[in-house]
Amino acid sequence: MTSLAITRPRSDLGVGLWVFIGVATTLFTLFVAAYVMRMSGSDWSTIALPWQLALSTALLMAGSVALQLGARHAARSRWAAARTGVLVAGACAAAFIASQLWAWQVLQAAQVRMAGNPAASFFYLLTAMHGLHVIGGLVAWSLTARRLDPPRDAPRAVEAVRLCARYWHFLLAVWLLLLATLTGITPAVVAFVCGSPGVAP
Amino acid sequence: MAEALDHTPAHPIAPETAHAATHGFLTRYVWSQDHKVIAVQYSCIAIFTGLVGLVLSDLMRLQLGFPGVFEFINAERYYQLVTMHGMIMVIYLLTALFLGGFGNYLIPLMVGARDMAFPYLNMLSVWVFLVAVIVLMASFFVPGGPTGAGWTLYPPQVILPGTPGHDWGIVLMLVSLAIFIIATTMGGLNYVTTVLQLRCEGMTLMRMPLSVWGIFTATILALLAFPALFVSAVMLMLDKLLGSSFFMPALVSMGQARAYQGGSPLLFQHLFWFFGHPEVYIIALPAFGVVSDLISVHARKAIFGYRMMVWAILAIGVLSFVVWAHHMFISGMNLAFGFFFATTTLIIAIPTAIKVYNWLLTLWRGDIHLSVPMLFALAFISTFIIGGLTGLFLGNVSVDIPLSGTYFVVAHFHMVMAVAPILVVFGGIYHWYPKVTGRMLNDTLGQLHFWITFLGTYLIYFPMHYLGMLGMPRRYYAYAGYEFIPPSAQALNAFITVVALIVGVAQLLFVVNLVWSLFRGAPAGPNPWRAASLEWQTPQTPPVHLNWGERLPVVHRWAYAYSVPGAAQDYIAQNAPPQAGGDEPEQGTLRQERGS
Repeated sequence: MTSLAITRPRSDLGVGLWVFIGVATTLFTLFVAAYVMRMSGSDWSTIALPWQLALSTALLMAGSVALQLGARHAARSRWAAARTGVLVAGACAAAFIASQLWAWQVLQAAQVRMAGNPAASFFYLLTAMHGLHVIGGLVAWSLTARRLDPPRDAPRAVEAVRLCARYWHFLLAVWLLLLATLTGITPAVVAFVCGSPGVAP
Repeated sequence: MAEALDHTPAHPIAPETAHAATHGFLTRYVWSQDHKVIAVQYSCIAIFTGLVGLVLSDLMRLQLGFPGVFEFINAERYYQLVTMHGMIMVIYLLTALFLGGFGNYLIPLMVGARDMAFPYLNMLSVWVFLVAVIVLMASFFVPGGPTGAGWTLYPPQVILPGTPGHDWGIVLMLVSLAIFIIATTMGGLNYVTTVLQLRCEGMTLMRMPLSVWGIFTATILALLAFPALFVSAVMLMLDKLLGSSFFMPALVSMGQARAYQGGSPLLFQHLFWFFGHPEVYIIALPAFGVVSDLISVHARKAIFGYRMMVWAILAIGVLSFVVWAHHMFISGMNLAFGFFFATTTLIIAIPTAIKVYNWLLTLWRGDIHLSVPMLFALAFISTFIIGGLTGLFLGNVSVDIPLSGTYFVVAHFHMVMAVAPILVVFGGIYHWYPKVTGRMLNDTLGQLHFWITFLGTYLIYFPMHYLGMLGMPRRYYAYAGYEFIPPSAQALNAFITVVALIVGVAQLLFVVNLVWSLFRGAPAGPNPWRAASLEWQTPQTPPVHLNWGERLPVVHRWAYAYSVPGAAQDYIAQNAPPQAGGDEPEQGTLRQERGS
């Protein structure tokens, strides 16, 4: 992606990323809204989530911290450390995807299918959508990593790492929201908050 | 490819850093990153798709006007025609043309930028849009044909046997929509960032032309509303392909119990209309903006209440997200919800009415030039008022329930969100074509095109209000055997069909004019309408790559300095020196207070 202006106080890429984060936030908010509304169905049956999700969460957190440290090092022109931070973050994101696929495999082995119980359908749907965003992040990450090897345009490299870190924090925030939704929102909670399960017809 | 261009007027651009080499046919006209070329590409694809949609509507009218005469239009085909016509016109024509076409061309030129913020992404956007159109068109050629579920794609019927295109057709439709949303998001990121970041010196937000305000706000709506369509499309696709039950309830279809259980069709409706109603304004707000500019330029008068117009656009944008369930009154809902959504629907009439009054007050005592763009703008006001007033009828739950399933609704939404915006599209193209090509469109052909289209669309849609009041149901393939529908209704239907065919054929005048004028049109000069906004002040016409030559313009006033007392001519360009006068009202007051 090429920016046409670098003279504004805020970078174009930075503004563009905030706008994209707004779009993605809307997307996941709507998925969560649909999750809550669908819960009113009598066929809803909460599923036991596999322990691999805890590993996934830890990996995503580690990636977020690594990229934040990488951004800090890049801002101080410590390029070797910055590169390490960025590479660790990328590895964590790739491991996160692997961990999510492992969780899917465990559920499949337990006969938890996409068709059938809507709780399971939503689990696969939400994790897949989040996984696609992580994969998209890895594409941006690969461009960022290339900028650091070696950093020919230092200000742009700093900005790239900073924006990459921002996106990683966003991915983590979305994942925590989804995890809270999958574990914390139950038909009983919806009934308590809304007065009746789901939305009144 | 450039890494950066300097946008400050003090620093001339370095040509060697310009993005997208302009040498060679492919980089100049095909894989171009120039927003102007991309705008033309978007427009050509959208207009082609729109012509397909137009043919579909005429085929549909043949069945309604002369039922049973055209044997190839059976019930299945009829529903496919209805569905594809609706989706094509709303999404692939109007949304794409206003945001991708007008947005791409006008935003950088009107705010004084060299290009969009992310030209490469912009180029991807148009090609992804083309892929979406190709996937959509492919559904005409797959087994079972395109989906015939209606443009709202309501489950459960959309994926059940018995609905045309329930197999391949619906899958291609959903895939196409998802691809379209990705293209729109790519474009939308560009439009928003460009408006926020790349305005030239002096171009404050409150000096931007209303066209930019309309497109900018509509883009934000699109970025926030299209995810709802994406969510519903993905979940519907999973119901169709993987057997989930997000929307599909337990049911028996064609004598067979289906494997679905417990899904909520109502959930789909909420998601769809959370997108669907803002979609109306994604189309309407750019139209509001463009028509404001057309009226001001061709009445040689400053737009009345500019700030009020901006706030009205923003208010409509916000309110458009809290009215969606008025499309679902007959689906049944809690009475309190019905009251809430009816109230918000009626409230949205307030900022909309402000805009209509301001257009009329701009015209009041203006030096009105009945040029073709102005004719289309005036026709828009008339059509929009009619369609808006019937919207007030339908916003009331008790009136909506008996009318919702009738031709009254068909008349309402075609007047307000089909004919009205398309009149603005035509007006806008007649207005900006000279800047895009350097040549004028033929005026005689334009007048002919206008009068046939304007009078024709009134003759098509006005009688439909009466058909609706008679209780004639919409969505029916044939009306034989319904005692309550008098024979005169069929006569009216035949009349409507004949007019629709004439209006359809008349659009060829427009297409011929576009092509003929490209080569034979009279040279336009840089500013044939003597307009004050920035896009008319480019050093070259058509504007060259990067728009502004060595230095960016500096803006000193708003875009509506027309007929300023004491000025040398009846307009003052936005980038004319400060001493030329023509300040926006607030700036003029400030200057007076400072005694300068």
